[in-house]
Amino acid sequence: MKIAVCVKEVPDAAVHKHIDPETKRLDRSGEGALNHFDTQAVEEALKVKEAQGEGEVVLVSLGPESALDSLRKALAMGADRAVLVSDEAAAGSDLVATSRALAAALERESPDLVVFGQQGTDSDGAVLWAAVADRLHRPVISQVAELTVGDGKVKGKRQTEFGYDVIEAPLPAIVGVSDAINEPRYPSLKGIMGAKKKPQETLSASDLGVEPGSLGEEGSRTTVVALGDPPPRGDAQKIEDDGSAADKIVEFLAEKKLL
Amino acid sequence: MSVAVFLEHHEGQLQKGSLGVLAKAASLGEDLVGVVLGSGIKELAADAGRYGAAKVYVADAPELEAPLPQPRVDALAQLVADKKIDTVLFAASVLASDVAAGLSARLDAGLNWDLVDLAAPDGALVGKRPALEDSVYVDVGWTSEVRLALFRPGTFDPVESGGEAAVEEFTPTFEDFSTAATMLEQAHEESEGPSIEDADVIVAGGRGLGGPENFSLVESLAKALGGAVAATRAVVDAGWYPYATQVGQTGKTVSPKLYIACGISGAIQHKVGMQGSGTVIAINKDPNAPIFEFCDLGVVGDLHEIVPKLTELVQQRKAVA
Repeated sequence: MKIAVCVKEVPDAAVHKHIDPETKRLDRSGEGALNHFDTQAVEEALKVKEAQGEGEVVLVSLGPESALDSLRKALAMGADRAVLVSDEAAAGSDLVATSRALAAALERESPDLVVFGQQGTDSDGAVLWAAVADRLHRPVISQVAELTVGDGKVKGKRQTEFGYDVIEAPLPAIVGVSDAINEPRYPSLKGIMGAKKKPQETLSASDLGVEPGSLGEEGSRTTVVALGDPPPRGDAQKIEDDGSAADKIVEFLAEKKLL
Repeated sequence: MSVAVFLEHHEGQLQKGSLGVLAKAASLGEDLVGVVLGSGIKELAADAGRYGAAKVYVADAPELEAPLPQPRVDALAQLVADKKIDTVLFAASVLASDVAAGLSARLDAGLNWDLVDLAAPDGALVGKRPALEDSVYVDVGWTSEVRLALFRPGTFDPVESGGEAAVEEFTPTFEDFSTAATMLEQAHEESEGPSIEDADVIVAGGRGLGGPENFSLVESLAKALGGAVAATRAVVDAGWYPYATQVGQTGKTVSPKLYIACGISGAIQHKVGMQGSGTVIAINKDPNAPIFEFCDLGVVGDLHEIVPKLTELVQQRKAVA
C-alpha cells in the first residue's frame, strides 16, 4: 500500500510571525519547522503501514527548497521518501493554486491513500484535502479521529458539531485527520541519522506538466488588499495568585457589571 | 452581484450560523438567494424566507441525505453555472468547509476563510480576516469571477425578517466519486441538560481540573453565577463530561457575555468555539498557556483553591444583593 502524506514547512513556533507589508505575504525568512499538525498525519500513515505489514509512506510538499530540512523530520519519524514541489513561480499560492500543484504531484505518485494534517499553523487553513480530492476525483473524509484501513476501504470516525460520524470510502481516497487522532512519535537517533540518506526529490512546475502561471500569485484567486490592526480588546490583565485571586476576580466582574 | 448562501441544516433545523450569514448577506443589499440541499427538506425553504432569503433554491435527492460534502459540491457547481451566481457564502462548519474547498477547486474560484466581516464597496467585495493569532486584521479580496467565503463560527446573529421566499427546485447530477463515500453512522444531537449556546455565562473545565470528580468545582461556580457548564474536547474524549457540553472547532460555538476557563490551555480547537465571547477570564497554573493570549483577565494559579473561594464570594455577593 502506498500512502502519501501532504506536509508543509511553516515558520518555527519560536519565530515571531509577521506579514511583510510590501509583499503582503507571511515572512518565511526565519527558521522553519514541520507543521505540527502534519506530524500527526505522518504518524497515522506510519501506523497504517505498520498495520498492513507492508507499504510505502511518501511525503508530498509544496515549498521553497529549504523546506527539505523540515521534511527530514518526517523522514526521521519513518517516512520512506520525500517529494518537494519547489518553484519560484509557486510562491504565494492560495488554495486554488496549492491544490493544483499538490494534485499534480499526487497524480504522479498515484497513492492508495492520501493523508492531511488538521491545519496549517501559518494560514489557519483547514480545507486543502477537500480541494485536492475534487481535483483528483477521489472520495474524501475529513476531521478523522479514528482511522481504519482494510479490504480496499478506509473508515473514519470523526467528531462534528453534533457528535460522532462514521464514514467509509473505497480506496483510493483522501483523508484529513483531526488533532485528536494520535500523539506523534519522536524520531529515534537512528531515524535522524538515516533521514538524510532517504530519497528526496525536488520537482518544478514544468516537471509536473503544470503551467507555472497557474501557480503562485498569478494562479491564485484570492488577494490581500490591506493589512490592519485588530480591534482593541481592552486592557488584558494577568495576575499571579497570591491568595487574593478570587477577590480580584470578583472585583473585576463587578467593574464589568457582570455580577 | 448575485449572492448565494449555503444553508446548512441538521435534524430538520436550519443552522444558526448559516442564518447569521444570510442576515449579513441581506445587509449588503445585493441579489440574494439561499440554497438548501438535502433529502426530505423542502419545508426548510420557508424557514429561510423568514430569515431574509427572497428566493431559495432547493435540491432534494437521496444522494444529499447524509451531510457529506462532495455531492453538495456537484449541486452548487451546477447552480452557480445555471443561475449565474457570482458569490457563495458559507458559515464555517465541518461540512461547509469541505464543500467550499471542493467548490473552489471545481470552479477555480477563490476561497477566503475565517472571515469576520464582508463589505461590498462599489461592486467589489472585501472580506476581513483575523490572522496570526488575531494579531493582524487582513482585508482580503478575490480575482476570480466566482467568489467563495467561509465565515468564522458565531460571527453574525440571525435576523428574523418574517419574509417569504420563492422556492425553486433544481435537480443536480452527481459525479461517481462524489457519491463514493458513505455515512455508516450519523451523529445525533444529545439533548440532555440546558443548551450552552444560549447561556449568558459559561464556566468551562479542561484537563487542568485533574479528574472528572473536580467538575463539581466548575458546576458550583456556574450555579452561583447562574450560568452553564462547558468542557473541552480533551475532557470529553477522556469521558469526564458529556459531548453536548463540548466547546470548540468540533462541538459547540458559544458567545456568552462571560466565559470563565478553568484549567484550559487554550488550543486552537477550543479557541475557535469561544472566541466570540464577551469577557474571558482564564485560570491556569501554567503561565505560558496560550489561553492567556486571548483573555481579558488571566489568573496564574491553582484552580482547586481559587474556584471554590470564588464560588463562595459570588454566593455571598448574590445573597447580599
